[in-house]
Amino acid sequence: MLGLNKKDFTLLLIVVILTMLAPFILNPFPESSDLAQFNAGYPDLMQRFVIFGIFAIGFNILFGLTGYLSFGHAAFLGVGSYAAMWVFKLLGMNVLPALAISVLMSGVFAVLIGYISLRRSGIYFSILTLAFAMMSYALAYSVLATDMDGPGQQGLLQKGLTGGETGLQLTLQDPRILGTQTTETGNTPVPSLFGLEMRSSAEWAVGDWLFTFSVGYYFCAVIMLIAFYLSIRIFRSPFGMMLRAVKSNQQRMSYTGLNPKPYTLAAFVISGMYAGLAGGLMVAMDPLAGPERMFWTASGEVVLMTILGGAGTLIGPVLGAGVIKYMENIISKINSTILHEWFAFMPDGIEDAMVTMVYPFIGKGWHLTLGIMFMLVVIFLPGGLVEGGQRIARLFRRRKDKPSGGDPEHHPKPAPHVAE
Amino acid sequence: MGILEVKGVNKRFGGLQALGDVNLSVQENTVHAIIGPNGAGKSTLLNCLVGKLIPDTGSVMFDGNSVLGRTPHEINQMGISRVFQTPEIFGDLTVMENVMIPCFARRDGAYRMHAFETVANEATIVAEAEQILEDVNMQDKRDMHAASLSRGDKRRLEMAMCLVQQPKLLLLDEPTAGMARADTNNTIDLLKEINETRDITMCIIEHDMHVVFSLAERITVLAQGTPLVEDTPDNIKGHPKVQEAYLGQAH
Repeated sequence: MLGLNKKDFTLLLIVVILTMLAPFILNPFPESSDLAQFNAGYPDLMQRFVIFGIFAIGFNILFGLTGYLSFGHAAFLGVGSYAAMWVFKLLGMNVLPALAISVLMSGVFAVLIGYISLRRSGIYFSILTLAFAMMSYALAYSVLATDMDGPGQQGLLQKGLTGGETGLQLTLQDPRILGTQTTETGNTPVPSLFGLEMRSSAEWAVGDWLFTFSVGYYFCAVIMLIAFYLSIRIFRSPFGMMLRAVKSNQQRMSYTGLNPKPYTLAAFVISGMYAGLAGGLMVAMDPLAGPERMFWTASGEVVLMTILGGAGTLIGPVLGAGVIKYMENIISKINSTILHEWFAFMPDGIEDAMVTMVYPFIGKGWHLTLGIMFMLVVIFLPGGLVEGGQRIARLFRRRKDKPSGGDPEHHPKPAPHVAE
Repeated sequence: MGILEVKGVNKRFGGLQALGDVNLSVQENTVHAIIGPNGAGKSTLLNCLVGKLIPDTGSVMFDGNSVLGRTPHEINQMGISRVFQTPEIFGDLTVMENVMIPCFARRDGAYRMHAFETVANEATIVAEAEQILEDVNMQDKRDMHAASLSRGDKRRLEMAMCLVQQPKLLLLDEPTAGMARADTNNTIDLLKEINETRDITMCIIEHDMHVVFSLAERITVLAQGTPLVEDTPDNIKGHPKVQEAYLGQAH
C-alpha cells in the first residue's frame, strides 16, 4: 500500500490513528480530578508535539542515517519562521504559500551551510554547524535588526529583517497584497487555510471530560503525517541505503565508485527543509518569530529528542519529541503545593523531607528530570525508547512462545574474532 | 600495451623516497603479483593506482586513460576495484545490502537521487546481488549483519562486492594477511576460480609466497621503492637479485 511493505504500512496506520485521536488520548483524566494537570490534550501543546515531531523526523534523516551530528539545526527552524512571517506580512495570511517559502528558503540556507560544513566530519562538522547557527542567531538578534528604512521613514524594515530581540511581528501597516491588511474589527488578520482560521477550534464536553479539536492541530498533524510518510519512503529507498552506507564506511563507498559527498549534502538539505517546515508551522500557529528559536539550546533539543526516541528508527524521533515536550510543559507546571498534596498521606516530617527531595526535579527543575532520563536511556537503552519498546515486545513474544519451545528471535551472537 | 601502464612514478614522503622511478606493465587477463620486503613501497604504489595518493612525477594509464588527479570513486567507475588488507565492508548493513550497493553504483553511477524508489522493488539489482552471493557461496548469510561475519566471510563478501561490479582490473592488497592456513587456501581457490571464470585482470600485493606462486603468472619484485626484476614465477624463484633483496644484503 502506498509503496510501503506491510510492516511499514501498519506503522503508518497506527501513527495516523494516534494523531487523529490525540485530543482524546492525551486527555484521559476528567477535568475535576487532581490528575487533570497531566492532561496534554490542549491545542497549543498538541501542535508543539507534531511540529517538533516534524523537526525531529527531518533531523533523523541526517543524523540517524548518515551519522553526521548537526548541532545547528535550529538555524533552519529560524529561517523557516522568518520566511513564513515575511510571506504573512507581504503576501497574505494563507499558510500554504508561507510554508512553501519556508521550506524553500531553509533549503537554500541548508545548501550553503551544508556545502561548507560537510567538508569536515565528526566533531568538526558538529562545531561548524554550531558556529553557523550561532552566527545566524547573532545576525537575527542584532545585525539584521537595525533600521533599514533610513532615518525618519516608518516603513516595513523599520526594525530590520528580523525584528531583533522582540521578534518579527505582524502590524496593521503590512502590505499583504493578496490578502486583507486589517480585519473588519481593525485587528491584524490571523493565519488561515483558505479562510479556515488556524486558531479556531471546537469543543466537545462528555461528562466531566472536555475535548478540544483545533484546526491548527489537525493541519499540523496532516503535514506531520505527510512528512512521516516521506521519511519512510526515504528510509526504504536506494538513496536511504546509500546514506546508511555513508555512516557505515565512507572509504568502501568511494572505492565502490560512489561519491559520498552529494549523498550527505542531499540528506543535510532534506533535513534542513524539514526544519524549515517546522519553523513555518510554528509561525502559522502563532505569528511571531524571534531569534531565540535559533539559539544553540534549540539545536541541542532536537538532538536530545532524536537520541531519546531512537536515532535511525522511523518512529523514535516523534516519540522523543513528544516525551520532551510533554515533560517541558507538564512537569514544569508542578509546584510545591501540588507536591504537598501528593505526599499529604505521610507524617508531616517525612512529607516535608519528601517534598524537599523531589522539589528540585519539578517546576523549573524539569531539565534535571530530563537529564536523568536521558542518561538512563543512553546507558541502558542505546537504541532509545524504541529499543525499550522492542525489548518489552520481545519479552511478551518469548513468553507466548514458551509452550511451543522454539525461540525464533534468539540468534546467538557469533564470538568475536581475536584478529579483529 | 598492457591494461595498466605505470611509467616513471616517483613518490617522496619528506626525506623518504617511497617510490623511485617505478615502471610496471600489467597485461590484460593475467594475474600479476607485486612482491617485496617490508617497506619496499608496495602499498604506496597501490595507493597511487587508486587515487588515494598522487605521485610526484610519472604517469599511470589505465585502459588508455590517465588515472592521475582523479578521485577514488572516479577511478573505480573506470573499472578498477580494490580489495583491502583488512576487509572494508559496510558493517552496519546486511550482507545482501552490501552487495546491492555496488550493483547500484554500476547502474546509476557515482550519485543518483533515487529517494522515491524502493529497494525491494529493484528486481534486476536484487537478482544480480543474489546471483553473486550464490557464486561466492554466501546465500544462507544474506540477512546477517556484515559486521558479525567471520574474517574469512568478510573477505569473501568484499570480493563479491568487487566482482559484482565486473571490474576490468581487481587490485588485491595482501588478501590473505592474518588468515589461518585453511582460510588462505580457500581464498586461493576463490581467486583461481575468479581468474578462470571471469575476464578480470588481477594485480596482487602479497607477502605469502605460497599464495604468490599458486596464482601469479607474472611477478614484479620491488625493493626500496624500485622494481628489481619482472619475470615468470619459475624464473623469479631462483633469481639471485630477489634472494638478495629478501635476505637483506641490499641494505
